[in-house]
Amino acid sequence: MSVPAAPTRAELRPELALISDWIAPETRVLDLGCGDGTLLAHLHAARNVAGYGLEIDADNVIACVAAGVNVLQMDLDDGLSQFESKSFDYVVMSSALQEVMRPDLLIGEMLRIGRESIVTFPNFGHWRPRASLGLRGLMPVSRTLPNRWYDTPNIHLCTVRDFEALCRDKQVEIVRRHVVNHAHQSNVMMRTFPNLLGEIALYQLRGHDTD
Amino acid sequence: MAEPNPQSVGIVEPQTLHVAETMPLDCGKTIDRFDLVYETYGTLNADRSNAVLVCHALSGNHHAAGYRSEDDEKPGWWDKCIGPGKMIDTDHFFVVSPANLGGYNGSTGPGSLHPETGRHYGPDFPVLTCSDWVRSQNILREALGIEQWAAVIGGSLGGMQVMQWSIDYPDRIAHAIVIAAAPKLSAQNIAFNEIARQAIITDPEFHDGRYYEHGVVPRRGLMLARMLGHITYLSDDAMRAKFGRDLREGRINYGFDVEFQVESYLRYQGASFVDRFDANTYLLMTKALDYFDPAHETGGSLAKAFAPATARFMVVSFTSDWRFAPERSREIVDALVDAGKQVSYAEVTSDLGHDDFLLTMPHYVHTLRTYLHRVACERDT
Repeated sequence: MSVPAAPTRAELRPELALISDWIAPETRVLDLGCGDGTLLAHLHAARNVAGYGLEIDADNVIACVAAGVNVLQMDLDDGLSQFESKSFDYVVMSSALQEVMRPDLLIGEMLRIGRESIVTFPNFGHWRPRASLGLRGLMPVSRTLPNRWYDTPNIHLCTVRDFEALCRDKQVEIVRRHVVNHAHQSNVMMRTFPNLLGEIALYQLRGHDTD
Repeated sequence: MAEPNPQSVGIVEPQTLHVAETMPLDCGKTIDRFDLVYETYGTLNADRSNAVLVCHALSGNHHAAGYRSEDDEKPGWWDKCIGPGKMIDTDHFFVVSPANLGGYNGSTGPGSLHPETGRHYGPDFPVLTCSDWVRSQNILREALGIEQWAAVIGGSLGGMQVMQWSIDYPDRIAHAIVIAAAPKLSAQNIAFNEIARQAIITDPEFHDGRYYEHGVVPRRGLMLARMLGHITYLSDDAMRAKFGRDLREGRINYGFDVEFQVESYLRYQGASFVDRFDANTYLLMTKALDYFDPAHETGGSLAKAFAPATARFMVVSFTSDWRFAPERSREIVDALVDAGKQVSYAEVTSDLGHDDFLLTMPHYVHTLRTYLHRVACERDT
């Protein structure tokens, strides 16, 4: 018997591959809603990153254990007060922001715990959801938002502009922004009109109290 | 023994290690010459790297798996989880299950004869701590020629010994699996233990712990202690589901005999316990529970207490356990994260309560089987 190999960058989901590029080697990462632990397994193998994942789903917890990833079965909505301030280099949350009870408070906690935070979410300001609601009068269902209104876990969808307004209000510094389409590609048009043409938004953030 | 079962370790013979050395104890006394009784399941591999130590809880002993004889109807206390293809897979691991010092019908304990006086130890048996047990288990490890345990695993009081192993002998334990445990007892936990001890000590047949010499046992006290303990092992929901308010005779009799099914169950549990357990051992085990508090040595900081540990940790709790609730396991996890240790934590949705760790909920078994599979793979890689 041998340990299964950790995924290479090419084997990562595109969104996770983009996140992994923003994480420096030899750092400590807390991954909120870490799923099956792919990102942490890759970061550990490729960049010697030490980390913990938080995950609520029992089957995902087992997948993390199989991958040799440190996983803690916890509900993000229970808060993160048990983690010390500035105890991680990065706190990552990929496509979970819209599923939590209080995204604003959680972002505040991420910035307290990590020196930097990386957040991704589906952009509700993309022209497709806008068209669905504006022209057809229907709640959008798409590749990035596959659920219907009554069975969606997404209780706090937002747009790129909404998110940046929150960052301004909370004095959060946006270190980097990257918007991509559902195939995780970007282009000049998307960079010029991120709220209209970006389907997924990735942000690297820093709290105002960071030294 | 029931039907031949490919998932059973079969008939097992306990073995005894006679320890001739003098072992110091936390209480300041020493214990000279003692026996450690243990069972093993599976096969030790050539480089002796596949040994797993199982630490037992309050009422456990060395007989964790398999059967004692052909006619034995009941297997060991953790048979559901130890065996070929089971959670602790004896096809991959060599499992060592010792009876703790101070126990009953196994390793040297209060019911054993003192080698010098020839009398039963009784109340003279020293009060033990988890550290003492771990120290004695380490003597067994050396005797078996095992450099490092691939894993040490235990539930409840057994989980406390696992934590103690990781702190006291960090280089002797590769993986620490801590199930349904707590970093120390709460006042409520200690209170329950104290009632159990008072039930035993105030039984007229206790005779200051020298009941062996009077040819009696403090039955009533030990029975009450077990009945009380049993309530704390089950959740309110589990008791409701199992007994509700069912009446044994279908009607109330306006008396104090057994009427409700739950009364009958508790009396049965208490009475059958008396036949297989020793009152002095019960006192010792509850004291070891009360005293466990590794953070006491480090100014109250559990993270500092874990500082020497190098093992990887897997911590498991059960949602319906109110004796050592998930919050108590999370205290352990938080301290390990603060200390920068490798740790995973699973919170298993369950119904039964504290005793869930003895059973086989799919997520519990799957999680630990996966974890231990990884342990076996890492060893082979």
